[in-house]
Amino acid sequence: MNTQLSEAPARDPSTDGGGPAIRLAGMARDHAAPETLGEPEYVVELKDVSCYYGAFRAVRNVDIKVARNSITALIGPSGCGKSTLLRTINRMNDLVPSYRSEGSILLDGQDLSSKSVDPVAVRRRVGMVFQKPNPFPKTVWENVAFGPKINGYKGDLHELVETSLRRAALWDDVKDKLQQSGMALSGGQQQRLCIARTIAVNPEVILMDEPCSALDPRSTLQIEELMAELKKEYTIVIVTHNMQQAARASDTTVFMTMGEDRAGFVVETAPTVDIFTNPKNQLTEDYVSGRFG
Amino acid sequence: MTSVPVPLTRRRPRSERVIETLLFLSAALGVLTTAGIVLVLVFQTLEFFQVVSPVEFFTGTRWSAGIRPYAWGVLPLVSGTILVATIAMIVAVPVGLLAAVLLSDYASPRVRATVKPLLETIAGIPTIVLGFFAVNFLAPQVLIPILGKQNIGTFSALSGGIIVGLLVTPLIASISDDAMRAVPRGMREGAYAMGATKFEVIRKVVFPAAISGIMASIILAASRAIGETMIVSLAVGDKPQLTFDPTESVQTMTAFIAQIAIGETAQGSVQFKALFAVAATLLVFTLVLNLLSGWVVRRFRTEY
Amino acid sequence: MSLTSTSAVDPAVRFEPALMRRKLSGTVFYGLCVMAVGILLLALVMLLADVLVRGLPWLDWDFMTGGPSRRPANAGILPALVGSLMVGIIVGVVTFPVGIAAAIYLNEYASDSWVNRVLQTNISNLAGVPSIIYGILGLAVFVRLMELGSTILSAGLTLTLLILPVVIIASIEALRAVPNAQREGAYALGATRWQMVRGSVLPAASPGIMTGIILAMARAIGEAAPLILIGAFAFVTFLPNPFTGSYTVLPIQIYDWARRPQDDFAGIAAAAIIVILVLMLVLNALALILRARLSRHIQW
Ligand SMILES: Nc1ncnc2c1ncn2[C@@H]1O[C@H](COP(=O)(O)OP(=O)(O)O)[C@@H](O)[C@H]1O
Ligand SMILES: [Mg+2]
Repeated sequence: MNTQLSEAPARDPSTDGGGPAIRLAGMARDHAAPETLGEPEYVVELKDVSCYYGAFRAVRNVDIKVARNSITALIGPSGCGKSTLLRTINRMNDLVPSYRSEGSILLDGQDLSSKSVDPVAVRRRVGMVFQKPNPFPKTVWENVAFGPKINGYKGDLHELVETSLRRAALWDDVKDKLQQSGMALSGGQQQRLCIARTIAVNPEVILMDEPCSALDPRSTLQIEELMAELKKEYTIVIVTHNMQQAARASDTTVFMTMGEDRAGFVVETAPTVDIFTNPKNQLTEDYVSGRFG
Repeated sequence: MTSVPVPLTRRRPRSERVIETLLFLSAALGVLTTAGIVLVLVFQTLEFFQVVSPVEFFTGTRWSAGIRPYAWGVLPLVSGTILVATIAMIVAVPVGLLAAVLLSDYASPRVRATVKPLLETIAGIPTIVLGFFAVNFLAPQVLIPILGKQNIGTFSALSGGIIVGLLVTPLIASISDDAMRAVPRGMREGAYAMGATKFEVIRKVVFPAAISGIMASIILAASRAIGETMIVSLAVGDKPQLTFDPTESVQTMTAFIAQIAIGETAQGSVQFKALFAVAATLLVFTLVLNLLSGWVVRRFRTEY
Repeated sequence: MSLTSTSAVDPAVRFEPALMRRKLSGTVFYGLCVMAVGILLLALVMLLADVLVRGLPWLDWDFMTGGPSRRPANAGILPALVGSLMVGIIVGVVTFPVGIAAAIYLNEYASDSWVNRVLQTNISNLAGVPSIIYGILGLAVFVRLMELGSTILSAGLTLTLLILPVVIIASIEALRAVPNAQREGAYALGATRWQMVRGSVLPAASPGIMTGIILAMARAIGEAAPLILIGAFAFVTFLPNPFTGSYTVLPIQIYDWARRPQDDFAGIAAAAIIVILVLMLVLNALALILRARLSRHIQW
């Protein structure tokens, strides 16, 4: 289901690719992921992951594999734990005092849920785009340069900013307003700025939590086109409320719902085409056909 | 039961208009207060200037209101005020901002709910009590042992300045904490998501985003420090001199006003008129700072 | 598939996150923050300890019921305490209607005309005027112009002017916090504006407003600077009459004693400080209790 709707923006040939850049703190280099031939290479693997806020279990026993250079969509009713799961992958939820998780989350085969792994190092490799565009109250240029600066980027910062903005299909919009506040851009532009900012630190995986829910349809379409382009170099996991979006934009779809105890769980994981045309589970069929949720 | 139709074009009852007028007059009392302050100070200052030339007042470097030959150069009082306020801000800005960061970004809600009121308690202590603390504890038991008896006395700009700093620190901490907490969580998360450490999130995102509130709090604190009377008239001494040595005893504008008011000064005397001229100068200083803080808030405000 | 297929340079060498160093500076910074709060709390504790150690030995019944004296051992604070309480009551009684009325006008009635903007700006500027300047105003207006003399009444009115801006700002804040649905609910029942304010908004905002007024009274009682100009510096051995005759108040009494070099005077000054701090504590507790009681029925 390739829904590339327009020609991708011209790419600067000097850009660097989306490879693993640094090792997680406390991890040896020789733990690198084994290259498996034949079946797709999985970048992220969740194994039996459960998430808790205090005593409340928000997500239970989730197993998901995310293939490299693919787009995986997480869909499901509101409150079933999609955001929680996503924010577990980049250890964002470590910021919530009552939060804890069980199970393991492998990034290139390395467990990044363990206590000895520094969440700051994880987030450099697993970027995130949020529901509400959240540019910093700084200039467009500073917004993009922020991540590379704190992470000790050694190359030409101006070049990297330009490259990142080009890749986020924003360069033409903002090349004359690099010194204006990022918050002065339109909603869609702000969200693409947040994407540019994320790819500037060269992550392997980009997590997106309902990135289009605050945007108008035209901006939404632009972001979807951008995702199709980005997946050539990055691996994307997107939470979406919008089933058309999941159908249009993703390769694999994970359908989650919640049980009696309000704990979310995965009902079905399958290629997106199958989820929407030939779901195996009755719950999935009810949901995608709009009979539930 | 039949109902009488209410006329839809009923005029506003008289009582409503009377009430509104009364409410308006209460709000307008502030304008009367302002007008009163300005009129009193302007008239009395003009009277003072009939005796003492404005040139001497604004440029003279000697002030002597008690001992002949009298001298009416306000600069020593201004320098004393600025010296004390500067010392206060050197204490209050770093301590207040660090405390604000602790409250806004490190402390758990429970710790914050305990610590913030405690800090605000300091600002609520009558300033005369703080002045007492400066004279009876800070100077004799801390400053003199550290700096030596020959270097600093009981009354010094340093002792008073530190305590004025203590007084205004909670102001900076409290307002800056509010400003930093008003920075949306999403903005912090955006920085975390790129691999920023907590310190970097605070320093490079939260702090700049809250800068208008932070700067306003600092200016407000400075204005408060300049206008503070009781601490300085107890702890700083009453020696008007043009110096920037913190270990010296000086006199501030407010302390001079208090000194004249306490003394048996005849109300028509030059000394008493000088009180108004100094008060007018003081008011101009604080007014400029207040206007500046308003401008800063408008100029640097971040709309989230 | 090679991970660096589109790049000539290995990205690993282009980022040097130096996490250890960054974390370390974060830890140092956190330490500094804790230290800052520690210093403040330590200062508070030292202040209280110093005052208690000096003052408690002097604090007895004779001290509470006696008048001032040239000799510390015989001195007491009753006239000053009564003076302070009277000043506080006058401030409360005048501030209550005027402060609330002004806040109601500014938040519920005022349109966005320039007159009202001037009123608003003026009030926030007044809040920044040094307190001693209010003393000068009080001296000119109440003592001389209105010929009230150097009395408790003049003192109370002067301090009222001083704290009104603070009270008005706090009350406006409390009124703002009342959701608009409250107002619309009253209007929907056919209420006039004043009926709406009195029946709906004011009760809802009363916890915040009352707290603000009591705290302002506490501030007025602790304030000394303006009263120096209103003649509070008197040697009063009798209980004052609020409308005639001289008076003194606690903070001025403390000032007078604290200026004297003898240790015993520092002792009674500290004892008087204990009394004024307890008074503040009582008023703050009162504010808390009142707030809790008034907000029992308010929930949104
Ligand atoms: N910070 C939090 N503290 C406590 N509970 C939370 C928190 N965030 C989310 N939850 C709870 O976890 C469950 C899943 O929430 P979420 O992951 O946001 O769902 P979704 O993104 O699928 O709508 C919900 O029941 C929600 O109330
Ligand atoms: Mg969500």
